[in-house]
Amino acid sequence: MNKQHLEENYYVCGHTACAGCGQSMAVRIVMNAAGKNTIVTNATGCLEVFSTKAPESAFGVPWIHSLFENAAALASGVETALAYQGKKENINVIAQAGDGGTADIGLQALSGMLERGHDALFVCYDNEAYMNTGIQRSGSTPFNASTTTSPSGKISAGNPRPKKPMVEICAAHHIPYSATSSVANPKDIEIKVKKALKIKGPKYLQIHVPCPLGWRIDSSKTIEVAKLAVSTGLYPLVEYEYGKLAKSRKISSPKPVSEYLKAQGRFRHLLKNEEALAGVQKVADKNIEYYGLK
Amino acid sequence: MFSILAAKPKSSARNKTGSWRSTKMPRLLKKECINCGLCKFVCPEGCISGSEKNQYSVDSEYCKGCGLCAYICPKKDIEMIENKPEKSNSSEEAEKDKGVGK
Repeated sequence: MNKQHLEENYYVCGHTACAGCGQSMAVRIVMNAAGKNTIVTNATGCLEVFSTKAPESAFGVPWIHSLFENAAALASGVETALAYQGKKENINVIAQAGDGGTADIGLQALSGMLERGHDALFVCYDNEAYMNTGIQRSGSTPFNASTTTSPSGKISAGNPRPKKPMVEICAAHHIPYSATSSVANPKDIEIKVKKALKIKGPKYLQIHVPCPLGWRIDSSKTIEVAKLAVSTGLYPLVEYEYGKLAKSRKISSPKPVSEYLKAQGRFRHLLKNEEALAGVQKVADKNIEYYGLK
Repeated sequence: MFSILAAKPKSSARNKTGSWRSTKMPRLLKKECINCGLCKFVCPEGCISGSEKNQYSVDSEYCKGCGLCAYICPKKDIEMIENKPEKSNSSEEAEKDKGVGK
C-alpha cells in the first residue's frame, strides 16, 4: 500500500468489512473529516468487529471499546478528563455506534451524555438491524422490513413497528445539533461532521448506511439504494438546532416507495402485498409532510 | 496475569483483503478523469490513491471488488472487468493470489 496514502487516512484498508459496506465508507469519511486530533469511543457492533480484529486496528487515532451500551458514557469520561487537564480545546471526542448501540442498548448512556452537556459528537451508523449477529430487528428497523426476528410470511409482513425517531429523541434534549445524513451523498457526511465538530456541546449525527448482506442487495448498489431512500422520503435528511428543525433536504418530486423496496431482498415480499406496500407509502408521505420535504 | 488489549494504529493494513475479490475488479480507463476524487472518497476499503487527472490507481492487494467506484464515477471512466491478478504484482504475490480460494 502506498505509504503516503496510509499517512493521509485515519481509517485504513485491511479491515474485514464486507465488499461494498456502507458503514465502512461512512467511517472513513467521518474519520478523515475529524482529522488527527480525535479520540474515538466505540460501541460493540459490526464496526468494532471488522475494524479492530485483535491484535490489529484500522484506526489511525486513539480508539477505545468497552461495552455494547456505553460508547456515549465512555466519550463523556474522555471529554471530562480532557477538560480537567485543560486539553479539550483542540481535541475532538467522537462516540460511534450502530443503530442497536444507539436506539436500543446505548440509549440511556446517549441520553445521559446529551443531558450532561458533554462536548462530544455521537455518530450513529444506521443500517437498520443488528447486522453483526445475523440481521435481528432493532428499534431502528423500518416498518414492514423482513429480518430474522421479524420474518415475513403468511401472517406477518415483516417488522410491525415504525422506525424509532432517534434524531428527534436527541433533538428533544435541546442540544445544539442533531442531524441525519446518508451515504447517498457522501460529501454531505463530510460537511455535517465538520459543521458538528465546530459546535461546542453535545451533537448527534445519524448516517444511513446500507448493508449489502442484511438488505440483500448487490455490493455495487450501496449508494444507489441509499439515494432511493432519500428520494422516496423514507430517509429524510434533516438538521435540528436547539430542538428546532433548522434545515431539511427538499425532494421536488418524490419517487414511489416501490422503487426503493423492489431493489432490496428484505422488502421483496411487499411487492405482492398491496396493503403492506400502501402502509410503507404512508410512512413516506407522513415524513414528507412532517419534515416539509416538498 | 493480564495482557494489554491494545493494537498499533493502522496495523490492519497487513491483511491483504484483495484475496476476497470474487468475480469483478475495477479498471481505471484513465481517459476522461476530471480529478473529482469521488472514487477515492467513497471506496469502502480506501485502496484508491492519486491526486491528479488520469493518475488514480487501485491497489489490487486490498480491493474487494464491490464496484462502488465505477458507480460513482461521473465520467464513467471506471469499468468493472473480470477478476484476475494484476501483472504489476510481483510474481510471488501473483502466485499467492492464484492459490487463494482454490
